[in-house]
Amino acid sequence: MLDDFALRALLGGLGVALVAGPLGSFIVWRRMAYFGDALAHSALLGVALGFVMAIEPQWGILASVSLLAVVFVFLQEQRRFAADTLLGLLAHGSLALGLVAIALVEGLRVDLMAYLFGDILAIDLADLGMIYGGGALVLGVLAVIWRPLLAVTINSELAQAEGINPLAMRLAFTLLLAVTIAIAIRVVGVLLITALLIIPAAAVRAFAATPERMAVYASLAGAASISAGLEGAFVYDTPAGPSIVVAALILFIAVQGAAALIHYSDHS
Amino acid sequence: MTGILISVNDLSVTLGGRRVVHDISFDVSSGEVVSLIGPNGAGKTSIVRALLGVVPATGDIDKKPGLTIGYVPQRLHVEPTLPLTVARLLCLTRQYDEGTMAAAMAEVGAPGLLSRQVHDLSGGEFQRVLLARALLGKPDLLILDEPTQGVDFTGQSELYRLIGRIRETRGCGVLLISHDLHVVMAQTDKVICINHHICCQGKPESVAADPAYAALFGARERDALAVFRHHHTHAHDAAGDVLENKTGPEFGPGSKTGSGADHA
Repeated sequence: MLDDFALRALLGGLGVALVAGPLGSFIVWRRMAYFGDALAHSALLGVALGFVMAIEPQWGILASVSLLAVVFVFLQEQRRFAADTLLGLLAHGSLALGLVAIALVEGLRVDLMAYLFGDILAIDLADLGMIYGGGALVLGVLAVIWRPLLAVTINSELAQAEGINPLAMRLAFTLLLAVTIAIAIRVVGVLLITALLIIPAAAVRAFAATPERMAVYASLAGAASISAGLEGAFVYDTPAGPSIVVAALILFIAVQGAAALIHYSDHS
Repeated sequence: MTGILISVNDLSVTLGGRRVVHDISFDVSSGEVVSLIGPNGAGKTSIVRALLGVVPATGDIDKKPGLTIGYVPQRLHVEPTLPLTVARLLCLTRQYDEGTMAAAMAEVGAPGLLSRQVHDLSGGEFQRVLLARALLGKPDLLILDEPTQGVDFTGQSELYRLIGRIRETRGCGVLLISHDLHVVMAQTDKVICINHHICCQGKPESVAADPAYAALFGARERDALAVFRHHHTHAHDAAGDVLENKTGPEFGPGSKTGSGADHA
């Protein structure tokens, strides 16, 4: 049954959407959209790294993204440059470095489009294992640190006064984000990952009363975007990754419209 | 003196190579309200952060063994994108059952808010929620950093009276931070005037008369105090009308007037 590429694509996409819901919610709450983007940009460097070290590209991506994440957290601690300056530097610096490294490494032929925009239809069983294994790890750790991470997100100082280590939480969250990006690259690619993380979370905000519910709704909205995007890609013969993001965007606009209508009818 | 909760000796805080406060010594006992006052940027919040262990400091901070601190931060901004009910905010770092939370909210005069979104609260309601949150940990010492931010003047004196009542019923110590002596005066036992170091300290009346206080805040402020001294004798309702102590409604926990005063 899993030999059908469309089914593997759907399962892979749903797995990523499940993880992207809560992670994306935190990115929205912590105003870290551009951070996710910067991390994803370093993935190409990881592809080159993986080839040189003769390991799967995903492991190379995980290594480079994690490294960048840790470097960023510590650079930010120093407060020498504003966060957006650091992110611009790391994002485009690592993207350029990745492109140069791929060109320099002998014998490495990379389908750049697949990494930049995703290649969900080429997901194989090993990819599925990676998505569900990595996804389970991310969700498990997130469940354990959920409460302190949320406390740090709301007020770092208050959390610290009540015995939580904000730096440890920031590092843990950043590493979870790195793993999520490494497994999501197959689905939507470097340039569109942030969209899959934040659009579903932003879409469901109006209907959630607690952070936990927003995280779950975001997963469901992500799953709907994946299904609709894949369906659209088959029907209209469009690229799958961008189609998924377009589906998420349509969902976002439709939900905002619905929320405005409900608000309007409540007040008339 | 027995019952000292926290004792600070020669505390200095240096941030980014700049000495923010230095030579700070004071202590807070149970049942006592101590106010740190000073202009904006005088280093009051840095002292609090040092006491909480959030910023590094030199000097001695001796806490009574097992001391529990309830802390209300100066500013708590909740992202509009983050849905959060009052109940969820109360349970931010520890879990409490509904009855315990409802009791704490009643104690601060804001019952019935548990299922409301924090974004929909008025400034006064939000500060009461933060106070309830601090009380839930059964603190020996309350540290309140500008607890009346975003609250109008009537609501401010309301909140300070509430803090005075909490001190009486719970017998805890209170360390208050404010930039305004007027509003804390009636509820405070000891005032410490801070401008990077301790300018003067003592009972509120003696600090108000101290030349160092006048130098820090200007003579206009000192004269204004004489006007505000009459606050002990009566209270104002939400419309600003004088409520006689013997006939007027008590601004007790759960009283409609008490929690409504901040909406004005």
